[in-house]
Amino acid sequence: SFSLAVQSACFVGLTCQLLDVWMEPIDLSTPVDIRVPFTSLQTVKAFLETEDIPYSIMIMDLQVMLDEEQDQMLSARAAAPRTTDDYDYSNYHAIADIYSFQDMLVAENPNLVSKIVIGQSYQGRPLNVLKFSTGGTNRPGIWLDTGIHSREWVTQASGTWFAKKIVTDYGRDAALTAILDKMDIFLEIVTNPDGYYYTHNSNRMWRKTRKPNPGSSCVGTDPNRNWDAGFGEPGSSDSPCSETYRGPEAHSESEVKSIVDFVKSHGNLKAFVSIHSYSQMILYPYGYTSTPCKDQSELHDLAMKAITDLASLYGTSYRYGSIINTIYQASGTTVDWTYNQGIKYSYTFELRDTGRYGFILPANQILPTAKETWLALMAIMEHTKDNTN
Amino acid sequence: MTTGVLNPSHYPARRAATVVQHYLNTRYGSPYRWIFLSKVHSGSAEDMAEMRKYQLELTMQEMISNVSGQCSAELLFPGGEGQSAPQVQASCEGLLQSNPTAQEEAFYQQHRASNNMVSGSNIPDSYGHMEPSMKPFWHLGGVASSCIMLRESNESTLYNMAQVANFTQLETEKDQLRFNYHVLLHEMISQEIIHWKLLVTWSPEQGVKVLQTELQPKCHDCEAPPNTTN
Repeated sequence: SFSLAVQSACFVGLTCQLLDVWMEPIDLSTPVDIRVPFTSLQTVKAFLETEDIPYSIMIMDLQVMLDEEQDQMLSARAAAPRTTDDYDYSNYHAIADIYSFQDMLVAENPNLVSKIVIGQSYQGRPLNVLKFSTGGTNRPGIWLDTGIHSREWVTQASGTWFAKKIVTDYGRDAALTAILDKMDIFLEIVTNPDGYYYTHNSNRMWRKTRKPNPGSSCVGTDPNRNWDAGFGEPGSSDSPCSETYRGPEAHSESEVKSIVDFVKSHGNLKAFVSIHSYSQMILYPYGYTSTPCKDQSELHDLAMKAITDLASLYGTSYRYGSIINTIYQASGTTVDWTYNQGIKYSYTFELRDTGRYGFILPANQILPTAKETWLALMAIMEHTKDNTN
Repeated sequence: MTTGVLNPSHYPARRAATVVQHYLNTRYGSPYRWIFLSKVHSGSAEDMAEMRKYQLELTMQEMISNVSGQCSAELLFPGGEGQSAPQVQASCEGLLQSNPTAQEEAFYQQHRASNNMVSGSNIPDSYGHMEPSMKPFWHLGGVASSCIMLRESNESTLYNMAQVANFTQLETEKDQLRFNYHVLLHEMISQEIIHWKLLVTWSPEQGVKVLQTELQPKCHDCEAPPNTTN
């Protein structure tokens, strides 16, 4: 055992103080971690090999790692952006940074952007929606949301880019200007903030909300199974431990209820796009039933235009169709509810990629993803504008 | 179950095509060869006694060389109660054109001597980043995961490897590099992240072999399995 080895190492003249033990011996099956100064390296290796103690190298050169970490910390501190022009859109950000971004964007564009707090998450975080409006009273609106499933990081990152894109293009891009002169755009970037925080600090693969479930040790409800459309039908789970747990009842999650209340009180939304990753798809209702929605033909054709425009930028290939045909039966989904509320242009997007990286998409793909997705969104928004009085 | 001609955009053909991807990786994958489904061109499904048979025309892409090839595949999903793996036959043209032999050999020689065991964790990390030296181990993890994903696949699953949680090199035995891997698989229909520990061997000649597999409990903060009633 290792503790014996350490003792006998001392006897053969290895100075014990030179071994900086990071993980003490606990039991026979748990490894011991030690930091070995360079000057002792050969001696320690020879000793371990002679004593037939298996070892593996976790970190080749600790100093290199410390130097890199120091660089990162310095550059992170130095680069806390003071304007949305300084913000690094090609990286993933902690929730606090995205909230700061939202406030900066509003401050820089007071005549175009405002922030609406539509509610609070389970843990009390604000549910922020950016409203892009050039005036009017309760103009017809377009809703976009990203990050309802917290592990789908490319979506929150893309949402941040979309926000900046809108303020940049208004007054410069004819198509976007025409849309905003007639309609308002609502963008909720961090739709599941508790989950997003959790993916940064505890579990990168967390999907659901963070509300505990009474009587269960499992936490969270799938916010995309919690809507009152086919709620409880096949395509969601009744187990709190499941990633597709529908929740105790429809709209039980404040993250969902807040949007429901907003949509109902607004009363004039014409398009609703809920953005997820991954799989590279544009999907329209329904997920809970194989009965085609009554606007299937138009939604199908519009989806085809959207994916064609998307592909025009980098050749990225998307599939499209109804949720239930293209991906799986899913009940209680966002866009099935919004469609049934009369918001005809209701779509779910699944962004890059198709499984190679999956949820952990490299940051260098954020900008290409956001840019190509924007073309699909523009296709949908333009069609909505052209078909709205 | 859909029978007859399949819509290439819809999920039945897509799930079956992904099974073919897993099969190709178990046969041909290596630290320098990792194959992914690119496109489903056409497919059909039929019911046979106790089985479901699929025929597919696909494009597959090898991710390191970016070479694509056309494949024709046939799959049998066993029906009934047994949990046996699907059977796959596939023939591909042009897909294996890349010749990673030199890289594989160099990698093999670099790591077969036992005095410098490699290990790594979180590949890729939360930001999708990995050190260049870790890439072949990521590919190897993906290929090894394909063995499990093939075995576990049925018409109601769609698997991808989400991440290599960690891997540790063990002593080379019988000229095979050996590793313990802990991988996270993502199953799309249930949306679950499934943890597996694998004992993996590889050499340029023998290819990837998974000697042992061990399903890990779902997570440390919840004990009940997904199908527990509350």
